[in-house]
Amino acid sequence: MASGNDRAVRPGIQRHRFIGLLAVVSAATLAVAGCNSGSGGQTTNTNPDDGTQLTMWVRSATDEFSKRLVDAYNASHQNKVNLTVIPNDNYLTKVGTAAGSRSLPDILASDVVYTPNYTKQGLFQDISAEIKALPYSSSVAKSHLDVASYQGKTFAVPHKLDSSVLFYNKNLFKQANLDPEKPPKNFAEILDYARKITALGNGITGFDIAGSCGGCGVYTLFPYAWAAGVKPLSDDGKKADFNNDTFKQIFGLYKQLTDEKLVDSSDKTQDGSTWPNNFLAGKVGMLPLGSPIVGALNDQKIFEWGVTALMAPDGSKTSTFIGGDVAGISVNSTHKAQAWDFLKWTLEETQQVEIISKNGDLPGRTDLSGNKYTGADPRTKFIADGLKNGVTPFALPFGDLFNNPNGPWVETIRGAIYGPDLNKALADGQEKIQKGLDQAG
Amino acid sequence: MVSVTTTRVEADTSAPAPAGRKFRVPATRRPRNGMLFVAPTAVIVVALFLVPLAILVYMSFTDWPLLAGPTPNGLKNYTDLLEDDQFLGAIIFTIIYTIVTTIVLFAVAFVLVAIVNSPRRGSRFYRTAFFLPYVVGTAAASSMWWVDVHDRFGIFNQVLQAVGLTDGPVGFIETPNKAFFTIIALVVWKFIGFQMIVLLVGLQSIPAQLYEAALVDGATTWQRLRYITIPGLRPTLALLTVLSVTGSLLAFDQFFVLTHGGPDNSTVTVVLALYNKAFQSFRLGNAAAEAVVLLIALIVVNALQLFLLRRRETR
Repeated sequence: MASGNDRAVRPGIQRHRFIGLLAVVSAATLAVAGCNSGSGGQTTNTNPDDGTQLTMWVRSATDEFSKRLVDAYNASHQNKVNLTVIPNDNYLTKVGTAAGSRSLPDILASDVVYTPNYTKQGLFQDISAEIKALPYSSSVAKSHLDVASYQGKTFAVPHKLDSSVLFYNKNLFKQANLDPEKPPKNFAEILDYARKITALGNGITGFDIAGSCGGCGVYTLFPYAWAAGVKPLSDDGKKADFNNDTFKQIFGLYKQLTDEKLVDSSDKTQDGSTWPNNFLAGKVGMLPLGSPIVGALNDQKIFEWGVTALMAPDGSKTSTFIGGDVAGISVNSTHKAQAWDFLKWTLEETQQVEIISKNGDLPGRTDLSGNKYTGADPRTKFIADGLKNGVTPFALPFGDLFNNPNGPWVETIRGAIYGPDLNKALADGQEKIQKGLDQAG
Repeated sequence: MVSVTTTRVEADTSAPAPAGRKFRVPATRRPRNGMLFVAPTAVIVVALFLVPLAILVYMSFTDWPLLAGPTPNGLKNYTDLLEDDQFLGAIIFTIIYTIVTTIVLFAVAFVLVAIVNSPRRGSRFYRTAFFLPYVVGTAAASSMWWVDVHDRFGIFNQVLQAVGLTDGPVGFIETPNKAFFTIIALVVWKFIGFQMIVLLVGLQSIPAQLYEAALVDGATTWQRLRYITIPGLRPTLALLTVLSVTGSLLAFDQFFVLTHGGPDNSTVTVVLALYNKAFQSFRLGNAAAEAVVLLIALIVVNALQLFLLRRRETR
């Protein structure tokens, strides 16, 4: 406590002292701030885990998957990710309107087939440098990085990886006197096995088709064609090729399965939302779908499940649709470093193994495909190994042409399988889809 | 509905009023007070209707891919409509749907009104029962029906098979005709209650003396219906027709949720086509043009209806 004398005698110097102190403090603050700001990416004294609130949108297809990651991140970090799950059908609309009003969340997940459109419209921030700086950048799933790249820059990383395969019910195989360790290798065997399994009766069918689902068709029919050496979509997404013998064989098989009643009558109006249900209830012999249902297959106790790859009609080769979602940082996010912290964390080994693979999903890194969970079950290892034969198709108006329930692809599928003239349906479909690709430019 | 009233405002005038006379608001003040009362509604109407309408009209003259910005392109969106098969097909389907729905709704409503208008026991219960589906939202009702019509786990099929009316699943939304029938059934189930209540009120407002006088004169049931009931119901019928036609022309929820416009695009209405154009194809300009066309069509249809229905009343 200064004595009254001091205060009275030297007010001027007190003021100077105060101003001097203020100046020193300001200078120090500015200096520290100057250190923190500056060139992006290489700052070492800002911790991105600084308690920021981040928003993240995902599709309902990755509901549980994303939730597991977000919950684990929030429990172990100061940053908090606020996850919003949006129904698949509404996702395009919701993202579109948010993009229009520039109110996208910090982290935006996107189905791989919609991503080319999003990167072209500039919805994501460029994270090429961040990805390149990862020590394991060469083993991050290339198909997903390719789909998220535009004009040499990469805008998103793999969030969820999935692969389409042909599942089958080993119990039903045994009951139908088929070898449960010998899944069908070609279309002739699919038809033969389906007949034998349907003959078991009791509402059991040999196969299961999603007759009114465009996304399901792309997911499970394109691999038949890729395995046969046919490209329904060219690599640059500008040319369609559906009016060929391979697709005639593919739809011919499905038409025959339907006509011989080897599939349930509800398949005709199946829009994909309840597609795996009959198989999971043990009522279907073979179901083409994908790795997303592996978790549910492991949980059910009704039957033992087997898996094989989707094959060319003559069985010479196999292929798969590498689908799933990527996740990027949206263009109107002001928390790029924090959002990248989350994305980087999801790609690290612990998370890929202990959270993703442990629950039956595929790791997004090829160097981890033999991990202790995926590798432990020969079936999941089979699926992970199959990724090397996989393709992720690319086209700008993908959603509008292929996923749209009123679009040309659904029309083609239904016309070919349920209509009177398969060849005409394919010819018309080819024309309409090509027209759609041409218009999108 | 907003009713505008003017009130007498006391102690408002500067000159002292002579004793014995009521205070009155000077004539020059009344319009301003009136405007103040209308102002909140006017602001809402302008902000939530006129402004978006203006934006919509502007949109219809641009090429706007939703994810990017708008670029004006003149009348191209409107000329595109002439070649848009899905939109033209939707117009025809919506008109057919409107005609069928309006007729069926009226027919069933008359039958139901006959049931609930009687002093029978339980008519009160039936009134409530018939009206109940109306309070469920259309999208929620369509979701319910989507589950109900499913081949395997839908209750309609299970009941029909249990009773023995059908052998296997009916496939309610499998073919264009069946889907159309299912939609009509859904719409009737949902909206009939409202039609019935309005008709009931209209019916009960016809004075009973007219019927008594007619009975004394020896009129038959048919003559009573033709000369008393129908003319008495004319304003009610006019109201219901306008509501039903407008609602049917704008139908969307049930087609979006239950049939997704299928099977094979056979149940695509104008609003569904518009929605697809905006949010599936991401072509806002074209969708806006379709919306403007729909708006003009509705104005014309409603004006026509009101003109026809009003004219007969004054004869």
